[in-house]
Amino acid sequence: MKSIIPVLTVVAAIFALWYAFAVVLNAGWAYSKAERAGVDLSFTEMVKDTMKQEKPRLPAPHQVGVEIWKTTAEKKVTSKRSLIYHGWITLQATALGFAFGVGLGILLAVCIVYFKVIDMSVMPWIIASQTVPILAIAPMIVVVLAAMQVNDIVAKGVISMYLSFFPIVVGMVKGLRSPDTMLLDQMKTYSASSSQAFWKLRLPASTPYLFASLKVGVAASLIGAVVAELSLSQNGGLGARLLAGSYYGQTIQIWSALLAAATLAALMVFALSAIEKVTLKRMGMSQ
Amino acid sequence: MTTVIQAKNLDLTYQTNDGPVDALKGVDLDINKGDFVSFIGPSGCGKTTFLRAIADLEQPTGGTLTVNGMTPEQARQSRAYGYVFQAAGLYPWRTIGGNIRLPLEIMGYPKSDMAKRVEEVLELVHLDGFEKKFPWQLSGGMQQRASIARALAFDADILLMDEPFGALDEIVRDHLNEQLLELWARTNKTIGFVTHSIPEAVYLSTKIVVMSPRPGRITDVIESPLPRERPLDIRDTPEFLEIAHRVREGLREGHAYDD
Repeated sequence: MKSIIPVLTVVAAIFALWYAFAVVLNAGWAYSKAERAGVDLSFTEMVKDTMKQEKPRLPAPHQVGVEIWKTTAEKKVTSKRSLIYHGWITLQATALGFAFGVGLGILLAVCIVYFKVIDMSVMPWIIASQTVPILAIAPMIVVVLAAMQVNDIVAKGVISMYLSFFPIVVGMVKGLRSPDTMLLDQMKTYSASSSQAFWKLRLPASTPYLFASLKVGVAASLIGAVVAELSLSQNGGLGARLLAGSYYGQTIQIWSALLAAATLAALMVFALSAIEKVTLKRMGMSQ
Repeated sequence: MTTVIQAKNLDLTYQTNDGPVDALKGVDLDINKGDFVSFIGPSGCGKTTFLRAIADLEQPTGGTLTVNGMTPEQARQSRAYGYVFQAAGLYPWRTIGGNIRLPLEIMGYPKSDMAKRVEEVLELVHLDGFEKKFPWQLSGGMQQRASIARALAFDADILLMDEPFGALDEIVRDHLNEQLLELWARTNKTIGFVTHSIPEAVYLSTKIVVMSPRPGRITDVIESPLPRERPLDIRDTPEFLEIAHRVREGLREGHAYDD
């Protein structure tokens, strides 16, 4: 119960700041409307107006809240205006990309740990890959994969994988290398084969590192999927919602899509945390 | 008496950035079956290096070293020894029983055999009933005992121990020393034991190897006249103190050489 007060304080501060910015940013439009109508606007009237504009620069939290309510609870999930419909599309691409990313990441990490040549030759490219802005490279990947007749969801998955494999590689390399010399020497005294050392020592030792990476990776996957949907907007998804919103200046729609994406990411990270807790507990690694 | 471990004119030189370092120089030693041999000396004297060379964890650069009549590598591959490190090195994700099963799984012991062996070695180190506990639920001394149990679980005649009680307090140490002697008497293993505690070396060993640094070499080998049955209060007898004195002299000599 003690922690509830600081949590609520932070939430309250965020909302206060959000409302303050909404007033400041939307005031201009409120005044210019008043001027054209030839009326004088008092401060309270101005504030009232900034809270209910149709295309505000920054929608007020309650406007976004109402929009989210309308596009989730009040719409059928099959409707193209439903955030749940679009969220589901994004979730699928994210899950696929995350699965790709985890697979590729673990595979690369194992190769890097076991082959020095790969560590030296491939690692620089892996790092370089992450310095390329995903927004620039995503449309190119989409075009190339479309030319190869690859399914759209796979194309989105590939872009999502592009972002998510990196934290997995970094975390897993660290995790697989975490057993110290003594433990590796000990394996040698048992005359263990290197596959035995991998399955019995390195892999279980890397589990806590893997979970840390998974949590970063899943959030990155979602970003990848959303970015991919900007290029493949005909198929829907939260990214497509963002794009459509920005075409028509529907800031409320943009913000609700953003919040939906953030909620989705948070849910996935929470789910992974729960799995982590159970797994580590079962393994005896948490006390 | 059969010789289990034999070193003849053994050299081991490390190449470092500051030039070669002689970790071992001209080491001659025979260890017989059933011996309890302690290696004692200041840090840098090569006692751990020698133990690691026997275990094939370091490669000698000169001389010969045989373990059970084989090269250390062959001996390691035929699983001739169990090795206990300074830290317990238990896997946190395995229970105590699971940790003891680890070498057995690697060495391909049949499942039916494992349970029996785990029970036996846990009884040997007085940890009966702790099989299902995780390492963090045990004290440091108990963890080290579990690690000894693990090294005893498979059929190796040699037990190599590298300062296994170095990180434990005096009281726990006394207790474990007593248990180790009892265990040695029951299992009839040949034990190589690295320590830098004089009382520990004298109390435990049938043979004490005193070493000195730069270059790492043997300055004295003391065959202990103490009986194999040793109650803790044997440490107050004149014989015990005399051997301890000789060890101390040997250590001092090694240092004088240095200055």
